[in-house]
Order: sequence, then C-alpha cells, then structure tokens
Amino acid sequence: MDAMAAIKQTFFQECEEQLGELEIGLLVLQDGDTDPETVNAVFRAVHSIKGGAGAFNLDELVHFAHVFENVLDHLRAGRLAASGDVLKTMLRAADMLADLVRAARDGTAADTGRRDTLAAELRALDPEATGKDLDSGHQDSHGDDLDGPVFEAVPISFDDMEIESTPDEHQFIIHFTPKPDLYAKANETALLMRELCCLGEAVITCDFSRLPVLEELDPEGSYLSWTIELRTVQDENAVRAVFEFVEWDCELDVAQVDAAQGFDDTALEALIEKMQATVEAELAAPEVPPNDVQASMDEPLANQAGGAGQVLGNPPGGKPDAGKSSQATIRVDLDRVDRLINLVGELVINQAMLTQRMLEAGLARASGVATGLDELEQLTREIQDSVMAIRAQPVKSVFQRMPRLVREVAVMTGKSVRLTTAGENTEVDKTVIERLADPLTHMIRNAIDHGLETPELRAAAGKPEEGLVHLSALHRSGRIVIEVADDGAGIDRPRVKAIAAEKGLIAAEAPLSDEEIDNLIFLPGFSTASTVSDISGRGVGMDVVRRSIQALGGRISIRSKPRQGSTFTMSLPLTLAVLDGMVVTVAGETLVVPLTAIIETLQPKADAVHGFAGNSRVIAIRDQFIPLIDVGHELDYRSGFADPCKSVALFVESEGHVRSALLVDAILGQRQVVIKSLETNYQHVPGIAAATILGDGRVALILDVDAVVAGSRVAATGFEQLCAAAG
Amino acid sequence: MTETESNPDQRPTDLARACELIAFRMGTREFCVDIMSVREIRGWTKATALPKSPSFVRGVVNLRGTVLPIVDLSARLGFPAAEPTARHVIIVAQIGAQTIGLLVDAVSDILTVTDDLVHPTPDVASDMAKTFVRGVLAVDQRMISLIALDQVLPVCEQDAA
Repeated sequence: MDAMAAIKQTFFQECEEQLGELEIGLLVLQDGDTDPETVNAVFRAVHSIKGGAGAFNLDELVHFAHVFENVLDHLRAGRLAASGDVLKTMLRAADMLADLVRAARDGTAADTGRRDTLAAELRALDPEATGKDLDSGHQDSHGDDLDGPVFEAVPISFDDMEIESTPDEHQFIIHFTPKPDLYAKANETALLMRELCCLGEAVITCDFSRLPVLEELDPEGSYLSWTIELRTVQDENAVRAVFEFVEWDCELDVAQVDAAQGFDDTALEALIEKMQATVEAELAAPEVPPNDVQASMDEPLANQAGGAGQVLGNPPGGKPDAGKSSQATIRVDLDRVDRLINLVGELVINQAMLTQRMLEAGLARASGVATGLDELEQLTREIQDSVMAIRAQPVKSVFQRMPRLVREVAVMTGKSVRLTTAGENTEVDKTVIERLADPLTHMIRNAIDHGLETPELRAAAGKPEEGLVHLSALHRSGRIVIEVADDGAGIDRPRVKAIAAEKGLIAAEAPLSDEEIDNLIFLPGFSTASTVSDISGRGVGMDVVRRSIQALGGRISIRSKPRQGSTFTMSLPLTLAVLDGMVVTVAGETLVVPLTAIIETLQPKADAVHGFAGNSRVIAIRDQFIPLIDVGHELDYRSGFADPCKSVALFVESEGHVRSALLVDAILGQRQVVIKSLETNYQHVPGIAAATILGDGRVALILDVDAVVAGSRVAATGFEQLCAAAG
Repeated sequence: MTETESNPDQRPTDLARACELIAFRMGTREFCVDIMSVREIRGWTKATALPKSPSFVRGVVNLRGTVLPIVDLSARLGFPAAEPTARHVIIVAQIGAQTIGLLVDAVSDILTVTDDLVHPTPDVASDMAKTFVRGVLAVDQRMISLIALDQVLPVCEQDAA
C-alpha cells in the first residue's frame, strides 16, 4: 500500500469516529441538551470530515459536508433553534454523510437523489437563506472546474478567523535569502519555515528567479530565496528568534506591516482554510474551542516554537500540549495484537507446564526455583491483563450504529420508536464487539418489527404512541450482559405455540410452560411473520442470533410479559482468550469449570441428599433444596450416577440466578487457562464451552455450566425437542 | 513425529496431472489420501474424549497449541473401531479451513500416480463407499481406495443427537 492510500485509510477510520461523535452529539441535542460544547463538537465533526475530504479531492463529500456545516454554524451561533424537526433532518443528514463517506471509501456510488433532497432540506433550514445560498450553490456547480481541492469561501471558517484576528496580531513580510554557508552548516530551510508556521499563519512563496541553467548550477550553491507573509500574535523578536542560528549565513529582512491590509485575496484565504481544515482533521479531537484560543493567545508562546516544530502549520495559538494529549493513542494493526495475545496464551500454558514439572521433580515449595516461578506467574498474569486491556473496547462502537438502524426500521414499519441506551462504556474484548453487531442488529430489528405494536394499537392499549426500545450493557460476574428490551405487546404465546405445532416443531398438545413457549422462537425455522419482509421474518432470525451468540460462548434468553413487552438478555464472556477455572476430575476425565460460575464447594453428606421424582436428586444446604446435577452422567461419561458422598459438589449460579449443585469426583486446583475454540477444527459440543491445554500438555474441556444446568432441567422434564434447541 | 515433505525432485515433471498420494493401512485394507492435504504424521497420544460425540470421534489432542480432533477413520468408514497403541499413527490433514487428525494403523507408502490410474469406485451397494471413496487404484495387485476427506467430519450432526 502506498503512503497516500495509507493516509486515506486513516482518514476514513477517523471519519467513522467523527461520524460517531456527530450522531451522539445530535442525539444529545435531541434530548434537549443545549450545551454549546455539544454543538461545537457536532460542528467540529462535520468540519473535520470536510477538511479531510477536501485534501483527498472527494468533492461530493466536501459539498454535502459544506451545506451541512453551514446549517450547523447557524445552530452554533444561535440563529437557528434546535427544534425536533431540525434535529431529525440533521440526523438524516448525518446518515447521508456516513453513506457518502462509505461510498467514497469503497469507491461505490452514493444515492445522489437522496443527497440532493437532503442538501435542499438543509438549505431550507438556513435562516439566512436565498441570496447567499444560491450563490454558494452556484459555486458548487462550477467548483469541479478548479484544479485541486475545492474550498469555497466557507462562512464558518471566516467566523473563526474573525475571532483570531485580534488587535494584538501583527503581520510581517519576511524576505529570507540563505547563503551557501547556511547549507554548509547543515541547516535546513524547510525546518525554519515550519518554525515560522508554528508562530502563526504563514504564506510562503519561493523565488526561483536566480536559479541558473543546469550546466552553471553549483550543487553546493544557494539560489533560492523566500518571501513569507506571516500573521502572528508574536512580536518581531520572536520571529527573528527563529532565524537565530542562521543569522550570519543569510540575508534576512523582517518588516512589520499593518494587519488590516492584505488577505483580501480569496486564493490566500482558501489556502489558509485548507491548512486549517487539514490540521483540524489531523488533530481529530480539537480540544480548543475558539474562546480558549483567545485566552491562550495571551500566553507567551516562545517555548512552543521548538516543541511544535514537527507539525506544519499549527493553528495559531493552538496548544501543542492539547494536541499531544489528544494524540496519546496509536493505531496498531489488529493482527499484531492478536499475535501478542496468542503468544501470551502460549506463555501461560508454558508457565503452567513449568510449575507442573517442578512439582514432579519434587522441588520444595519454599525453594528458590518455586519462588521464582511464583513471581513468573504473577508477571505472566500482569502481562496478560495488560494485553487484554489493549483489546478491551467500550461497546459504544456497536451501540452507536443502532440509532440509525432504529430510524430506518421505524420508517419502514411506520412505527414511532425511541431508542434509549445505557452502559455504552462497558468494556469488552474487541473480537466480542465485532461479532456482536450482527446479532444485536437482528434483535433490534425484531424488537421493532415484531415487538412493538403500531401507533394505533398502542394508542388503543393506552400506551404512548412512541414505542420504547432500551439497549443496555453491564458487567455481571465476569461476563458482559447486554439487554434489548421493548415495551411492546410481548410474545403472543398461543400464536407462537400454534405456529410451532403447525411447523411440526412440537407436538400440538405438548404441555409447555410459558418460558418454554417463549423459547420456541429460538428454534430453527421458526418465524411468526406471515410475509418475508426486508426487515425480519426470513425464518432464520432468532435461531441465527442464538447460534452466533453461542459461538461466542454466550447465551441468550427471553423474558416476556403480555402487553408489557419482551426483554432479550445476552450474556457473553468478556474475553475469548483466557478464563480462571477450577480444574476437576469427572469419571477419569479432567474438566475445567469457569470460576466465575462457582459460588462455593462442599463435600455432601449422605443425609443432605434427597432423591426426587425419577432420577433427579436435590441437596439440602442451609435450609434450601438445590438440584444436584451429576456432571459425569450429564456428559455421558458414565451411565450410572456417582455416589454424592465420595464426590464434591460445586454450587453454581447460572443464567437467571438459577442455583444448582454440580457433582464432580475431585477438585485438582485452580488455574488460569487459555481458551481454545473447539469450533475451529471441529464443531460445537453440547455442554462444553471450549477446550484448553493443561500443564501436562493434554487437552482439557471447559464446562459450559449454563448449558449443563439447562440440559439437566430439560432432560428432567422429558421435553426432548427443547433439548436440541437449548444446545 | 515425522514431518512429511514432498520432495520436488521426485515429482515427475513430464506428467502434468500426476499427483502424490500417501497410502496407509487399517487392518488388512489399504487406503490413500492426496499428499497435498496432509500436514504431518505423528504418533498416537491419548485423546481427551468429547462428550455427546459420534463414536468415530476419538476426542481431541494438543498439536503444539492447537486443539486437534481425532477421527477414527476405520470406524468412520464402517469398519471395526481401532484399538490404538503406541504404534498407531495420526495423519494430520487439512480439510478446508479445518485441521483434523486421522487415526490409522500405519503409513505404508507414498505413491506417485497419474489420473488415469485411478479407477472409478466399483458400483457396490455400500453408502460408505459412495460417500468416502473417490476411486480405487491397483498397485502391485493390491487395491488401494482413495479417500475423499471432505466428508470425514460429521456435518452438524449434533443437532440430531
């Protein structure tokens, strides 16, 4: 990939971030927030996209962003009120902008009709409409004739510049002609120019007139001279200080001119505008609102000149520190992080092997080797946590995509929907996030399409016409729990049951509990929609969702109340790489039980275990009867049942706060294990979440506690069909 | 553990459609697979059993950090299940994106053949033959069946289980 393509890619990545900011900002405004900082953030986002797009000649994008930006500027200046209708248009404009960005990125054609409609709608919002807008429209149509990036006179940026041109500002005309000695002493004129740019806005012209023909050219001679027009808040001394080290090796003339004159040249302004926009796009998160710029201008800037030397054309008065802190992140290729994660995984296995070898060699626990190994273990764990932290990301990036989806589905279904979110800063591993988007999209679509009623029905039921979809994320016992709740009609149980029977998924007269009926929607091939729509109802919906969640080691469940709505709950592991587990043996096999599921362990006494109907048994603990699940039997390791008195019971809490006791033969210890997928080379195994490699180099299986518990309950009710459904 | 490497010098360049096959024994029968799908051959180590799996899946072993499922090819083809000893070998094969291990008695030969030596599978009633045998070769009066590997792993049979 050549350098330009790489920069372009970065630009599009940043665009995505800006688009996210834009959408969040608009949504906050829609909620009635009138914080000027929010408006500024929204404005900056559009402005940065426009600036960057201009640098890449993405004219289509620039034009639309420009129109959008104009309207936002009126909003910022208070000339336009942030009413609901205005914001709705702006949100749709933000979607359009996102489409244009993606079209530019993928090289596809955007929907120009929709773009023009929206651009017209935006223009209609402009309180200072007519004359000027017609004018700018005129410029738009002819802009393509110009070479290079098209930067019309943007009203907005003129505002910025008006703020910047204070009475304190000076303008200098600098004539700079280096002598050959300057180059001989290894000075570089480009660096001097950069320093000057740091002082303020500089327009640099190079004079080639003294350049001789090639035969006469002395390679070590000096033939170029420069004229720099500089606008800065600094005084002449600061300007001269830039040339301090080359003073004797050049002809330098610094003349101060009146700030009022000059700069009426539109080309010049366009150039400055371009520089400014590029820098803003580069900084991505400009922390300095115009007012602060004003304040910081009064500060002495002498020490900045050196520090900010590497950034060409820093905005005047922009604090280098602010720039630095917002750039304290780096973009790293995900493959590299993955490689690191894999290596750390191997390190953990290796370290476990070492520990095991040490025990086999009969070394004392207190020996120097053992202490060293303990320290190694701690270090390994720290490295692992740090590496995991690199991958952890807030679920925000997925949640951000949902408002647009909601708007689109709402329009398609003719329903009025409001989306609220909570806990979008909950962090989870990047791989989980990536694979979360599809199931979540499906669930939200389903919630709107199937969950919510039409406005008429809602009104008739005495509910507000606007339906509510609530999306939330939170950490619970080492997992991330994501809920999609709607306040719709809830699951129509008789209908669901009838359809399942009709499709032959269940026997018509099967006695099912409400919960069992609700779970029928996860069966393959189940769909209540009578017509296949664009939105949902292909009959693959919830089945596919359940599978993709299971593939992530997660589970999905549903709670539904008639007329009050349904809540889908997904519970996912925080990382797909490691877990803390308890190593146990069952019927000669070694298993790992995730530690997060275990509440306590105990050795059952004979009088605490009671037989129940059929083969099921319960164990009494602190006056509670808890179902006893024989893991060996459940996984078909043995046909009979283990003697509880010679076993250990692990009390686990599974989904929905269900408590059960898992019966295993013995506990070997506690260990951090690296998760290895079984699906990579094989397929999903019921009751098993994944595999791992133990210290002795052998593969051990990681128990899927919830699936085992669910499986035993289903087996007890004898409802085989649901067994297959629950996996 | 023996790494198999196809030696380019031995490959006949004049026969464009020549291919190399790895032949192996199970009981008295001989089979072969395309050498290009074989990653390595290693000795048998005890596998960790997978619950609720088809009987021909012996379990999983650790292949340098990769969890490798082991298929008892004999049982998969409908013959008696193998009783693995230290002399049994695992042929590590690549099938699509997946890597699996095939438990066989012993590797016997590397054959260089051209397409015309591979005869179509005789029309026998066995479903197994139709599913897994792509063709047969006659080498020194022995019959060697060419196995199609893509059907070896169960396809979503856990739903039916």
